[in-house]
Amino acid sequence: MIRLSIPLRQALSRLTMPVLIAAAFGTMLLGKADTVLVERGRMALADTLAPIYAVVAEPMGALRDAVQDLRYLASMRAENLRLREENERLHRWQAAALAMEAENGLLRRQLHYMPEAQASFHTARVVADAGGTYARAVLLSVNPGVSLRKGQVALDERGLAGRVTEVGNRSARVLLVTDMNSRIPVVLEGSRSRAMLAGTNGQRPRLQHWPEGQPPQNGERVVTSAEAGVFPAGLPVGVVRWSEGGAPEVELYARLDKLDLLRIFDFGLTGILPPEAVARPEPRPRR
Amino acid sequence: MKGRPQPPMGLLRRLDAIARAAFPAVTTALLMVLTSTPVGLPSALPAVALGCVFFWSVFRPAAMSPPVCFGMGLLQDLLGFAPLGTGILTLLLVHGLALRFRRFLVRQSFLVVWLIFSGFAAGTAALGFVLVTVLNLRLPPVAPALVQFALSAGFYPAIAALLTRLHRAMRRAEDLA
Repeated sequence: MIRLSIPLRQALSRLTMPVLIAAAFGTMLLGKADTVLVERGRMALADTLAPIYAVVAEPMGALRDAVQDLRYLASMRAENLRLREENERLHRWQAAALAMEAENGLLRRQLHYMPEAQASFHTARVVADAGGTYARAVLLSVNPGVSLRKGQVALDERGLAGRVTEVGNRSARVLLVTDMNSRIPVVLEGSRSRAMLAGTNGQRPRLQHWPEGQPPQNGERVVTSAEAGVFPAGLPVGVVRWSEGGAPEVELYARLDKLDLLRIFDFGLTGILPPEAVARPEPRPRR
Repeated sequence: MKGRPQPPMGLLRRLDAIARAAFPAVTTALLMVLTSTPVGLPSALPAVALGCVFFWSVFRPAAMSPPVCFGMGLLQDLLGFAPLGTGILTLLLVHGLALRFRRFLVRQSFLVVWLIFSGFAAGTAALGFVLVTVLNLRLPPVAPALVQFALSAGFYPAIAALLTRLHRAMRRAEDLA
């Protein structure tokens, strides 16, 4: 150690602080100027510390696993009870379903019931939202070989989304049920009463024109009606929810805010269509 | 004892003295490394560094010199992901201020020291916020600074309890020597 006089040493010790603060600013500038160097320094430190981290992580991981195991054991009892209950309920449902199936078979034989032909469908990718005349419409990109027609029904993986309104060679526009111009004949599944589903440009379309004295019940399932020959009967649409303003609205099954693929069904129906569609020759014979 | 010259320091005693002098820096660094482990609480890293530096600056300034503070700041900046230099500057400033008020602080009760430390924590959080703003030329969100302040103030009692015990043990060893 170098021997220094006491005043000099005091002066030096008083100088350390400003010098180090200046060095701190220097480091800041260095960190700003040479990010690669800083990155390399961080990685070198991380490399050095990695074995320590590994050693520490071992017991911590074991502890965490043990705690998780305990919690899992505790929840298993409740889970077991719930499953047993559910199993019982499902057994009852199974019995009911089997009975129904038998009854259905019986009735079908008696009525010479002809099942409807399986509807064919094409899938099409949604490439653009809105645009065109309507506020709530999507543009589909269609493969060249596929021919769509106006009035075909678009469903997403959960329920009714809308109808095809314009068709081009490689694209088609689908008017969503939430658009203000959309009117869909529906049936309330509980009471079998008819109503119209009218879009409002909002998230939930409204129900209109239900029969006098049979207001839609909250939570009732809404499906399409075959009336007017536009839709087949029974496509799932949504669930009735009374709004705070006292209007019956439908919470749609389809997730219209995040559509990516739509199934365009051809049920072979030519109900009410805009005039020019009638003049155009049909690319597909009606079933 | 009077009139007898102090015995020359043996190798072991010298080693002991060196170990004791290096102890605060080593424990601080070790605590920081442990805090920044992936299974630990990485966001508490500045809080731990601040608490340790403050404590040793007040109660054992000889072992927490400015160069050591510089090193701790560098370690904090490299372990964490704040812009390089911010930790160094804040820890140096905290060290300087704590050293200046040390005579007053040593005589206070724990509660008062804690309150004053909370002031320090608020100051460092604000300083860190300003430094990050200046260095990135962008206004960072305020929430992390508030969280850092809360963590610093909240962790201090635990750190102080641990370090006080160590400090006492060291002092006993020094009295014996």
